[in-house]
Amino acid sequence: MELKKTPLYDEHIKLGGKVVDYAGWALPVQYEGIMKEHEAVRSKAGIFDVTHMGEIIVKGKEALKYLQHIFTNDLSKLKKQQIMYTFMCYPDGGVVDDLLVYKIDEEEYMLVPNAANTDKDFKWMIDNKEGYNIILENVSNEIGEVALQGPLAEKILSELTKEDLSEIKPFYFKKDILVADTECLVSRTGYTGEDGFEIYTSLEGIKRVWNSILEVGEKYGVAPTGLGCRDTLRFEAGLPLYGHEISETISPLEGDQKFFVKLDKEDFIGKEALAKQNENLKRRVVGFELKGRGVPREEYEVYKNGNKIGHVTTGYFSPTLKKNIGMALIDSSEAEIGNEIEILIRKKPVKAEIINKRFYKR
Amino acid sequence: MKVLEDLLYTKDHEWIKVEGNKAYIGVTDYAQDSLGDIVYVELPDIDDEFEMEDSFAVVESVKAAADIYIPVDGRVLEINEELEDDPSLVNEDPYENWMILVELEDKSQLDELMDHGEYEKFLEEEV
Repeated sequence: MELKKTPLYDEHIKLGGKVVDYAGWALPVQYEGIMKEHEAVRSKAGIFDVTHMGEIIVKGKEALKYLQHIFTNDLSKLKKQQIMYTFMCYPDGGVVDDLLVYKIDEEEYMLVPNAANTDKDFKWMIDNKEGYNIILENVSNEIGEVALQGPLAEKILSELTKEDLSEIKPFYFKKDILVADTECLVSRTGYTGEDGFEIYTSLEGIKRVWNSILEVGEKYGVAPTGLGCRDTLRFEAGLPLYGHEISETISPLEGDQKFFVKLDKEDFIGKEALAKQNENLKRRVVGFELKGRGVPREEYEVYKNGNKIGHVTTGYFSPTLKKNIGMALIDSSEAEIGNEIEILIRKKPVKAEIINKRFYKR
Repeated sequence: MKVLEDLLYTKDHEWIKVEGNKAYIGVTDYAQDSLGDIVYVELPDIDDEFEMEDSFAVVESVKAAADIYIPVDGRVLEINEELEDDPSLVNEDPYENWMILVELEDKSQLDELMDHGEYEKFLEEEV
């Protein structure tokens, strides 16, 4: 199958991007190098093409009631122009996807699912809309998106808009504002553990926004940044990635994301299974630091006293902390901070210690 | 990509520099560039013996781990311990920063490797 290209494809090539297949999209894994790009986002700013992310609109009188039914978080307190992170679960508590919910109006919401899951999510949402007076629209192919992330993000973006960006607090957004003379929706969100913005606009407008940010951002040291450092950045910040820390078979509770599962909320899909699981959670995602030599990688087995207790879900040499760290899904009985475990690296057990998985805090 | 004249090369992008009955072995410029930022190098022990095309080391970049294969049979005489402390040296100069020094068992195996001209052609065709 031919890979889908975003409107920024030619820009990525011009900038020396190493383009790979990511969920069916031709996107750069890196430009100059993952380490340098990672460092740019932590110290200055980086800009990511995230046009591949999905966008689904939910409209109608019963929009809130419907979203409360399919999502684990409680959207009843969400204000207009506010954003909430949530899970959408199967009846058995497994995760369909994790998403951002933008409340555009009382009867209109925009959902931002993972690129690889968008079609699956949309079908799931249609299959579960019976009895709700709502309209669902998958507008993923009409919207371009870039993420400007890093401590200098606000300074850079302020040069391209008359809006006072300091008014946009974390997990809030403004719609229909001009950025580089292009009508955009701008939210103070991201997936890097840094301050920053996600900017949505039309496919026609996204190139102008991208190029303008690189142009005015040059003096601030903004770098084009690829999917490679997007993953190392989110990982250091302890943020889960679908298919790794949460999945069809790893519930949000097992993924250590209980905060986003409101078990005291009215009924929602998966509630019964999750409530039951919550009484006796058998396994959980933890953070760990390797004490011996090696790099922990996804799927490596985790042991305690010779018994297998789980597997690594994500692992890296951390570019910021300069340590080999990872997240692992292990038996809850071994999940205590400070516990010594072993990671099997090429058949050799290497000592590791369980630590808080928010490895990096800004 | 930089290719040096006095070395022999494999299709897996290792190089070997023969000095009498001994040889230095490392990875090529193409290998380090494809891997990206190298964050970990795992080397064998001294006196370990390998047969041609055995994996003798592991090089890991931010994204992935790659096995490094020995171009000929050999016994490890020395390892470049500097790489264990600073793996990024492989990115900086993959030819200066050899990985192991081996004693050669069978010099006729060298005939199966590519010289710099053949390797350059191989790179052109592969890339």
